[in-house]
Amino acid sequence: MAIELPQQQIERIREHGQETYPNECCGVLLGKEQDGRKVVLEILPLKNARDDSPRNRFLILPEDILHSDREARRRGLEIVGFYHSHPDHPARPSEFDREHAWPWYTYLILAVEKGHPKELTAWLLSDGRSFFPEEMRIAGDGNTKQISSTPSGSSSAATL
Amino acid sequence: MAVKVIIPTPLRQYTEKKDSVEVEGQTVEEVLRNLTARYNDLQRHLYSEEGKLRSFVNIYRNDEDIRYLERERTAVKENDVLSIVPSIAGGFGPLSPEAWLSIAGGLERD
Repeated sequence: MAIELPQQQIERIREHGQETYPNECCGVLLGKEQDGRKVVLEILPLKNARDDSPRNRFLILPEDILHSDREARRRGLEIVGFYHSHPDHPARPSEFDREHAWPWYTYLILAVEKGHPKELTAWLLSDGRSFFPEEMRIAGDGNTKQISSTPSGSSSAATL
Repeated sequence: MAVKVIIPTPLRQYTEKKDSVEVEGQTVEEVLRNLTARYNDLQRHLYSEEGKLRSFVNIYRNDEDIRYLERERTAVKENDVLSIVPSIAGGFGPLSPEAWLSIAGGLERD
């Protein structure tokens, strides 16, 4: 499944990552599943609940998920994924990300280097509970940027 | 006695696209075991390889988190609704010294 985001929401995610640097930012992607792809229409930036290790951990509490889900339904949308940043670290999922991931949801990861937002990548959890890159498109411009991984595991992710 | 279990979007692909299912059981544990017996693919997403409910899987009986009740031993009765609610966690690298102190103090959530 591919995910489609408007440029405006991509910019908001990048700004959020910049604002919270050197800590991780996190938030919810609201949208719809349409013609076999997820379309993000809005984002909900949230506070990182990990006060003990905010530079390299993030947590969205279940009560925030319940609240976000209610908000999504009120707008006729649903939660289609989440985003978080990796301050001074590549935009690739870690083992910790994988262990805590859910299937179906899109996981966007933003690398923030020395306070500047860089790569934004999209990932999905497989049935076997491993991450693989998800195709990411900018909504409206017809421009598809495919994220791919080399056999060595290093990513040539699209920089959006 | 059957209770209604609300299935979150990411797990509906394993429950024949159903957003809720009726499952027999007297406790949360019985209901979840019967649920995963019916839909086997749910097992690895709800439970760790050691057979414990994953830390980021939260179960609510009506509006209450079962962690504040009797956890998986929490009783259920007719008309109760169980919700499977995700918490979302991630990050990279080793924990901060402050986080290790939290673990030592038993305060770590994950």
